[in-house]
Amino acid sequence: MNKIHVNCAVNGDATEFLCDPGATLLDVLRDTLGLTGSKEGCGSGDCGACTVVLDGEMVCSCLVLAPEAEGRSVATIEGVAEGSVLHPVQQKFLEHAALQCGFCTPGFIVAAKNLLDRNPDPTETEVRYWLAGNLCRCTGYDKIVRAVLAAAAELRQERTPACTRPRQ
Amino acid sequence: MPSPAFHAPDTVEGAIALLAADPLARPLGGGTDLIVQVRSGRVTPSSIVDLKRIGGLSGVRRDGEAFVIGAATPCTSLKDDAQFSAAWPGVVEAANLIGSVQVRNRATMAGNLCNASPAADSVPALVAAGATCVIAGPAGRREVPVEAVPVAPGRTSLAAGEFVIEIRLPAGRRSGSDAYLRSIPRTEMDIAVVGTAANLEFDGEGTCTSARIALGAVAPTVVLVEAAGAALIRTRLDDAALDAMAEAVRAACDPIDDKRGTISYRKAMAGVLARRAVRIAAERAGVKA
Repeated sequence: MNKIHVNCAVNGDATEFLCDPGATLLDVLRDTLGLTGSKEGCGSGDCGACTVVLDGEMVCSCLVLAPEAEGRSVATIEGVAEGSVLHPVQQKFLEHAALQCGFCTPGFIVAAKNLLDRNPDPTETEVRYWLAGNLCRCTGYDKIVRAVLAAAAELRQERTPACTRPRQ
Repeated sequence: MPSPAFHAPDTVEGAIALLAADPLARPLGGGTDLIVQVRSGRVTPSSIVDLKRIGGLSGVRRDGEAFVIGAATPCTSLKDDAQFSAAWPGVVEAANLIGSVQVRNRATMAGNLCNASPAADSVPALVAAGATCVIAGPAGRREVPVEAVPVAPGRTSLAAGEFVIEIRLPAGRRSGSDAYLRSIPRTEMDIAVVGTAANLEFDGEGTCTSARIALGAVAPTVVLVEAAGAALIRTRLDDAALDAMAEAVRAACDPIDDKRGTISYRKAMAGVLARRAVRIAAERAGVKA
């Protein structure tokens, strides 16, 4: 079987790879590109541990064929922090102890950031529905939801110009 | 298992040629069913034909008195079309009950239809809406009601080389609305135990002039229950009419008994959900039921 040559952008960097036609995007991210932050939990789109953002929309990378990425933009957990500076979602996951084993965490963080990128002030219900496709078998979700709401609050502060903030 | 070949044609004709040339080829929409089935070994296509690079197959557009939904349109993008969402809220809510956000960003209604699951969430809503689909194949194009596509669990009436290119629903509605409700053991991320869709039209006095009721997950295919719709026509959705409608719904059920729900539960719930769906559709149409 001939390999397929694919050009795409991964976390903003032009990237090319060769893949089997039936390989998934998750296979290529982990095994070819060495980006092992995205995890394979179920391989059937149920758990969300492999969540990445494809052209702005979050998807399960286990349910995307790698050749489908041709010409498209992929954002993974590896691109969430800016250098050594954690994204507020990551920071709040640490502060709120929103993880135990950590396997689901990359998927949750990618999904939560995708929500906050489009809605900086979600309700708790909106957070819970948005994250329904991410399974966690350790935390019971409550700390995750609190962390996401705290990150949203922090992002709103950051986005508000200092001169319009209420005085302390 | 050898890896299937991958093709991404940019025309409908190119896709037909690839599908017609290889009886084991499968069209790829969002892949949320197909890729799972390939990975589990349930289906072993020799090639996969991605439809998403074909111009005109993604997005919702108006064509005269019809909304046209391209076969490669993901469920979440239906919500972005304000006109379509206002005209067919039941179809949009049904398509956006499937799986998770991650799944709905990929899954398409055409794929939901052609996967031919009896429990497909968007299909009862499409059937109730009177939607049709345009099928392209080696013999040309044909347009059929969506309920003509699934014939048994996992089986469709599509011939070799054929695939659905678009789904069409009436635009320019006058005085009606639709709704879809399903029962699942959880609140998200599960497969319907019962699904009910209602699509109603009313005259100026609030009398029902047209009613289509469709059910999912209670028979080998999604079913249109004509007797249920007939029980509502020329009524103002009084209790007697709703009772007759629910009775027709229960009579049309031929469900399986499994861990998700027993036969008697599915039948009873179908009647309950159909009543609620009718009420919601009427409220959306501005009629008190």
